[in-house]
Amino acid sequence: MATLEIKDLHVSVVTDDGPKEILKGVDLTIKAGETHAIMGPNGSGKSTLSYAIAGHPKYQVTSGEVLLDGENVLEMAVDERARAGIFLAMQYPVEVPGVSMSNFLRTAATAVRGEAPQVRHWVKEVKGAMTELEIDPAFAERSVNEGFSGGEKKRHEILQLALLNPKIAILDETDSGLDVDALRVVSEGVNRFRANGESGVMLITHYTRILKHITPDFVHVFAGGRIVESGGPELAAHLEDEGYVKYTGKQEAAQVG
Amino acid sequence: MATPTTQHGLTEHSHGGAVVPQSSRGDRFTSYDVDAFEVPGGREEDWRFTPLKRLNGLHNGTAVASGSAGVEVNESPEVRVERVARDDKRIGEGGVPADRVSAQAWSAFTQATVVTFPKETKTSRATVVTVTGPGEGGVAFGHVQLRAEAFAEAVVVVDYRGSGTYADNLEIVALDGAKLTVVVVHDWSDDAVHVGAHLVKLGRDAGLKHTVVTIGGSVVRVSPTVTYADKGGDADLAGLYFADANQHLEHRTFVDHAVPNCRSNVVYKGALQGDGAHTVWIGDVLIRAAAEATNTYELNRNLVLTDGARADSVPNLEIETGEIEGAGHASATGRFDDEQLFYLQARGIPVDQARRLVVRGFFHEVLQKIDVPEVRDRLEAAIEAELQAVGA
Repeated sequence: MATLEIKDLHVSVVTDDGPKEILKGVDLTIKAGETHAIMGPNGSGKSTLSYAIAGHPKYQVTSGEVLLDGENVLEMAVDERARAGIFLAMQYPVEVPGVSMSNFLRTAATAVRGEAPQVRHWVKEVKGAMTELEIDPAFAERSVNEGFSGGEKKRHEILQLALLNPKIAILDETDSGLDVDALRVVSEGVNRFRANGESGVMLITHYTRILKHITPDFVHVFAGGRIVESGGPELAAHLEDEGYVKYTGKQEAAQVG
Repeated sequence: MATPTTQHGLTEHSHGGAVVPQSSRGDRFTSYDVDAFEVPGGREEDWRFTPLKRLNGLHNGTAVASGSAGVEVNESPEVRVERVARDDKRIGEGGVPADRVSAQAWSAFTQATVVTFPKETKTSRATVVTVTGPGEGGVAFGHVQLRAEAFAEAVVVVDYRGSGTYADNLEIVALDGAKLTVVVVHDWSDDAVHVGAHLVKLGRDAGLKHTVVTIGGSVVRVSPTVTYADKGGDADLAGLYFADANQHLEHRTFVDHAVPNCRSNVVYKGALQGDGAHTVWIGDVLIRAAAEATNTYELNRNLVLTDGARADSVPNLEIETGEIEGAGHASATGRFDDEQLFYLQARGIPVDQARRLVVRGFFHEVLQKIDVPEVRDRLEAAIEAELQAVGA
């Protein structure tokens, strides 16, 4: 069973004025079958945590550990982490002009699975996953994320989640920019992925609304580069009422509107 | 998408940032006579990027024809192929040389090849014109005219290969209503030096899809000039180049909008790798006062894959009338986009493969315009081979 362990993680980002510490000692363990919501105000370092685990070169781990089933993730290249079973659904998926979605998905699946999927089976699999996410089949021949709306990009992130079936999925503000229908479709996609019980989910969000579709097992409040409070789903309800003021000293709603 | 380097033409801009040349492109001198041109010294606007020392004397008259280039035509059955003398009245219809080497080639060629696509006929298959250089150490001059008669529809590939030093003019004449697709491939051997001019004349409602591909040769400088004889002309100019160490690949497009209601679209993309790889793209567009309702756009993108390579990119847009439909340009030179690589790697794709995907994607826009499958396949393979060579 998959386990992601984050131990006293410190991460800096390189700026013009030298390195700036963003994460200041994060401890978190995510086991298969668990969904952990990471909630926090803007600028608290939530996205930095997700990028650091995925291995984005802009973020430097200065101390601490990240282990996936006991293996040191921090020693792996970005693509090795993905093949080991870590998936990051990005807040701002990148456009790759001239590379078709179908070619991209097949290349990624081949890399992650270690062998090229059989063509007939693969076509059916992709079609099925696209239908579930209510994605028009025409998107398969479009360039990766190019000219996609915010909602279309997020649907395609979850499409990749479904096809690559990682051990640990990190969803970075997947709910941002989604209208009500898209939020439902995307959440259902995440719930299908969770249903197998073999994967862990880290759900990063600013607002509570996605938690009405995806019920977390644990809720962590992130502020000032570390987890400042942990609890069950009731903590999210509390945040919805109170906002983050308790943690930041300034008013910032956790609820839309 | 670009990580800035300190090179020229780097910043992305849509209209307004073009370099305005000191003299209008419309005033540029033209002549069939080589002696009417000054010998370039290298500081002239139209020669300042070109390594004159490597032209083997094409620019100063010391290059004397020692042999001839082979011009073989494998034509579609409807097509007429003629070898004609320079006094044939059709020769020169495409335009007049605008630089000394073009005039040198004009003054020196002995026989022209005229390939005629007959009127109101759609040819059944692509015609291939293969031009083979005079051989290592040799010098030759050439002249070819591609001629689409009224309402003809045809596809033609001009394939330059072999060794030696070569200067030529390629006339492309599309008469009223003709639809012509021309793919010009420069797949020269490593030693080859080629300076070529394309002299294009489009008749009323004529359409040209023109693609230049430059992958081989030591120095290749190609100057396509498009002129419109009447309204409704439509020119798509695409280019793809891939420069390796010490290759100089230069493309100078000039679209001269002198009549109303014409359209042009220029898209050139290049990749560079290795020490001394140098590419130049000059995109001149002139919209003369009479050319109302013109619609034009030009774009150049360069992808610098390694240190030591240099891409120059200079769009020049001159507009002499406000009554146009649209005019714009964009130019950008950059390195690999780290965010694209990260995204692909974050999906498990190894970095080498991710780089290849990005480069292939970069060229895709131009490659997909080449509707001659054999040529497209060959170019895809050539690009793949280039990428394998550096392990990019």
